[in-house]
Amino acid sequence: MEIFDIFLLEAILNGILLGGVLALLALGLNLVFGVIDVVWICYAELVMLGMYTVYWLFAQYGVPLIPAFLLGILAVAALGALLHYLVIQPVLSSAPINQLLVTGGVLFFLQALATLVFGVEFRNIGLRLPVLEFNEMYFSFARVLAFVAALAGMVALYLFLTRTYLGTAIRAISQDRAIMPLMGVNPKKIYLITSAIGGGLAGLAACLLVLQYDVHPAIGLSFGPITFMICVMGGLGNMVGGFVAAFIFSQFISVGGFFFAIEWGYVVAFAFFILMMFVKPQGILSRRR
Amino acid sequence: MNRLLALIGVLALASIPLLDIGNYYLHLLITILIWGFIYTSWSIMGRFGLVSLGHGAFLGIGAYTVTMLWNQIGLSPWLGLPIGLGLSALVAVVIGYPCFRFRIVGHYFALVTLALSEVVRLTIVALRDNTGGSLGMTPRSADTANSLYALQFADKETFFYIALVVWLFGLWVWKKVDRSMSRYALEAISEEEDAAASVGINVTRTKLTITVLSAVLTALGGVLYAQYQLYINPETVSGIAISLQIVFAVIAGGMYVQLGPTVGAVFTLMLAESLRIMVGHDVHGLDGTIYGLLLVLFIIFMPKGILGGLLSWWEKRQSPPPSAKPAPAE
Repeated sequence: MEIFDIFLLEAILNGILLGGVLALLALGLNLVFGVIDVVWICYAELVMLGMYTVYWLFAQYGVPLIPAFLLGILAVAALGALLHYLVIQPVLSSAPINQLLVTGGVLFFLQALATLVFGVEFRNIGLRLPVLEFNEMYFSFARVLAFVAALAGMVALYLFLTRTYLGTAIRAISQDRAIMPLMGVNPKKIYLITSAIGGGLAGLAACLLVLQYDVHPAIGLSFGPITFMICVMGGLGNMVGGFVAAFIFSQFISVGGFFFAIEWGYVVAFAFFILMMFVKPQGILSRRR
Repeated sequence: MNRLLALIGVLALASIPLLDIGNYYLHLLITILIWGFIYTSWSIMGRFGLVSLGHGAFLGIGAYTVTMLWNQIGLSPWLGLPIGLGLSALVAVVIGYPCFRFRIVGHYFALVTLALSEVVRLTIVALRDNTGGSLGMTPRSADTANSLYALQFADKETFFYIALVVWLFGLWVWKKVDRSMSRYALEAISEEEDAAASVGINVTRTKLTITVLSAVLTALGGVLYAQYQLYINPETVSGIAISLQIVFAVIAGGMYVQLGPTVGAVFTLMLAESLRIMVGHDVHGLDGTIYGLLLVLFIIFMPKGILGGLLSWWEKRQSPPPSAKPAPAE
């Protein structure tokens, strides 16, 4: 019983750490949705490209890890802005579902392009991070790092949105799209900047994921769906809600995986998501209207 | 006139196997017919703004139910079929009813259905003791090469006619829905739900009916696919990738016209096959890259799809004075 409890506790704590990674993943998507009102179905593919960038720079060209990370983040940020400029902007005025689907087309494109350029092999950055031991429980250092980075990213984003002029403009335009242009804000520019920040957050997530997982072209499909579920369950555009939802999901996966197979953890998490949609369609932190 | 043309078309299609064109081309045709049917099934609800990213779920339920019943208790696919279809109808109701009752539309509906298709895929993987997990499963071979009881046929001609009949059935259902009162109700709902409800349309029931119809047909397509390919795995019949593939093929072909989804099936298959032949097996991902790029371009510049775009271009040419006729709906 004693040993059982300690494994359960380890699963719970690992769930919390996984929650940090998921929260970080959800953060960029949430920002883009909240401001531009578009769901990037291809968000996880941006993360995948970020992982490849870091892998390529670090493992192939021997760029030190920190500069590789920074370049990776910058590359994905540029990609986010490019995505908005080339793909989203032309369909901004058409039906919302077209906006969703067009990024789905980008998903196929990026996934196939990665296959074309990088091949289907699983690639590992080849960096062994230590495993932390605490009270006979084992935690991966990469996860702890991801958890801390997620918290830092969220705080930084919060400060940026509330303390800077640009952040205020971003928040304002998400509240009223029609009025802000009249107040002298150029929505095109704001959208572009928001997309770049969203991409940058995807890049940050990529840096932390590449430490833990092998990168391959289809990796986006394995954590893409869960990222959308987290954003929707938290209330699309609601970042605090997304954060809470990330930790709920990660507990389902981690503790569910502890008791049953890991897939069952995901099944229960998705089933719970569907159930929550019926109970609180506006997100877990919403008030009843 | 139209009826005559359709009859000639069907007869021409039906006589193709007599031409002895070889197994490869027959295989392409059967694949087009099966996927054309599945895409048509999706478009039955998709054309009314009910964009489901969860049709992989119904495909998987149909394919796996029938195959598992046959492999494990030896139940003939003919008996497994109604069970599989019933199961997918049940899932459609369980997910659809609350969605429509609580007004989950647009993005949210798409994402809920996306979760559903992942639930089905992961369930199949998790039940690996019975389903073979990610390795997939093969229906147990029948005692004879051609077995009606096991719905397995060694010659492609027989399967061609089965696929042709099922595909025609799909088009017939599409037409039936197109000509029904529900079509007007559904169009009203897709424009404005509250206004539709205010003129006496039962929004929940109307949407649920079309969803169940679409789900059941998709499951039938899944069964057909499993019996033809004699191999299924969780990735090819369920999950996010196949669900998106269904939606995109329909968009490429044309969501609002009867033959649009079939054109989408022809287009996507031709693209993949011709690129495969031109480039060979060595270059992975080129077909997907071009396919993805084309999809993005389609949605931006040609949202009506290939056939839809062609038809409206033709109509515009046929009737030059724009004020003479009210704009045709679709």
